[in-house]
Amino acid sequence: MKKGRIKVMQGNEACVEAAILAGCRFFAGYPITPASEILEGMARRLPLVDGLCLQAEDEIAAIVSVVGASWGGAKAMTATSGPGFCLMQEGVGLAASVESPCVIVNVQRGGPASGQSTSTAQGDLYQARYGSNGDYSLITLCPSTSQEMFDHTIRAFNLAERFRIPVIILSDEVVAHIREKVVIPEPDQVEIVERKKPTVPLEEFIPFQAGEDDVPPMPAFNTGYKIPVISQAKSLSGNRGNAKEAEVFIRRINRKVNAHIAEFADVRTYGDERAETAFVSFGSVSRSARSAVDMAREKGLALQSVEVKTIWPFPDDLLRSKLEGARRIVVAEMNLGMLRNEVQRVIRDPEIKIELFSKIGGIYPLPQEFLRFLEVKQ
Amino acid sequence: MNPLAGKYLRKNFLPFIFCPGCGDGMIVHAFLEAVDELGIIDDLALAAGIGCSAWIPVYIHADVLKVLHGRAIPAAIGLKATRPSRKVVVFTGDGDGLAIGGLHMLHAARRNIEMTVVMVNNQIYAMTGGQVAPSTQVGARTQTTPYGNLEKPLDGCKVAVAAGATMVSRCSTAYPQALSRTFKKALTHKGFSFVEVISQCPVQTGRYIHGSGAPQFNLQWLKDNCVPVDDPAKWGEVEAQGKIPLGDVLQVEKPEFMEEVRKMNQKVKEERAKGGDR
Repeated sequence: MKKGRIKVMQGNEACVEAAILAGCRFFAGYPITPASEILEGMARRLPLVDGLCLQAEDEIAAIVSVVGASWGGAKAMTATSGPGFCLMQEGVGLAASVESPCVIVNVQRGGPASGQSTSTAQGDLYQARYGSNGDYSLITLCPSTSQEMFDHTIRAFNLAERFRIPVIILSDEVVAHIREKVVIPEPDQVEIVERKKPTVPLEEFIPFQAGEDDVPPMPAFNTGYKIPVISQAKSLSGNRGNAKEAEVFIRRINRKVNAHIAEFADVRTYGDERAETAFVSFGSVSRSARSAVDMAREKGLALQSVEVKTIWPFPDDLLRSKLEGARRIVVAEMNLGMLRNEVQRVIRDPEIKIELFSKIGGIYPLPQEFLRFLEVKQ
Repeated sequence: MNPLAGKYLRKNFLPFIFCPGCGDGMIVHAFLEAVDELGIIDDLALAAGIGCSAWIPVYIHADVLKVLHGRAIPAAIGLKATRPSRKVVVFTGDGDGLAIGGLHMLHAARRNIEMTVVMVNNQIYAMTGGQVAPSTQVGARTQTTPYGNLEKPLDGCKVAVAAGATMVSRCSTAYPQALSRTFKKALTHKGFSFVEVISQCPVQTGRYIHGSGAPQFNLQWLKDNCVPVDDPAKWGEVEAQGKIPLGDVLQVEKPEFMEEVRKMNQKVKEERAKGGDR
């Protein structure tokens, strides 16, 4: 059992608490439902720790100032929802290209466009992975409870610092606004990761040269390194790269994440791991899936809920192993089948039935609907 | 090699990306003169977006963050916020600064965040091949206004004043010594300073708008068309003659944003220590 201070919090509030604890000292955001409580919370909390919360003129300014703050030497975060996440996409690619550690929270709401501002949805799954141009790789975490929002926020900062990447927390309106118990650990009980800094003498420093882990050490600005950081595909020196240098760069920024997936991939199983029928879900939908497992158990029916916590890069191997015994897979999500497509890509056995339970329109699916789905579609 | 170049340029990045006759090299020189006189090279944090002028800081051996088109100012804010003692300078162009990044300019000026924005105005989108810019004169034929530009140009200095910039000045590469002096003034200004530099682009503006790609013709065009005036009240007269007025527009002292943030944080923490809310 976790030890610490217990508070009842919204997911959005838990995110603020965790960000401060993780060392976030710069936040920039633009008001948007259902993410605004994060901006509001940071505006209250950051002054107390000598940080700055900037209400930016738009989401583009928010994410780019986060990248600036990251190079300034701070841990930095922004939070938004779908329409704002659209604007941020150029900044996501920028952060990936200039290898700036930062955290981006996307509290999903209905889409496309303005969609449904106060309703829950999970339609931004692909956008979190493929929203910006070109080949890049980042990590996306999917919390389903206030506690997970807290834990994932700290983890997001740690992974961002470890890999020098933007880390996306893909929350949704339900996780954002549900109020439930959160255990806040003592600061000395929390593992905090800091970015690797250069240790070589100034004159030997090569700006984008990485060691074996493909992550180059990152100096803060005005610490003597006088680093050129450009958003172009770059050579090791940081200048515009030629074809060969561009290729080396693009391969490295993808490999540094993808080759280490075993280090951070997280898929949880709830219920009977040997059950032949498995729900696969992420984010808030996992809550209903769990309840469905409990309700089925009372009726003597064995089910398992397989919950994807790190959704990008997609945890192919881990998910495959978690679903080893499953013969019937129901992918439950609040979009038209994005996670289902990934599951189909990973589970290729024609004997295994992969079905889609899709609920869109903004009403959160109840566990009873899951069970009814199993009966009807059998 | 020029001693300033020897001292301050990132030699492994040379040669410049700039075309022969471009004003950007002159701006690098004037800027480094000011930096050298002030002795601030180690404090510089330079930011830029996309376009020819965005490459100016990349050749300077300092910390440089060159981001996306129009987004230099937000990047600069992040750098300033995380260490307010930094000398933050943004290099932007007329397209980068007035079109795609125009909104960021308004809000950084409004907040009076201490930073210097150098907006190089060559009256065209040069790097992309000579398309009309928000600063292009009416009637000009460009790649995207083949029948003449219908749109009135936007005056960056007037925008900066209206938005709340506390130092605004317009210079030109035709007068490099005044440019260097103005940079020096801007770099020591406590607040948001905006320096517009009317510059020459022989390859695009020269060839397509002025009718000659010769560097000397284009520099002469600037000398003939830019009129230094000592009083901003005279700008109207100069503009009425179809010329471009140069000079200081405004310098005032107003509360600077990061300083106000520091004071607010201090106050909030003191109140909290005394036992405030929450």
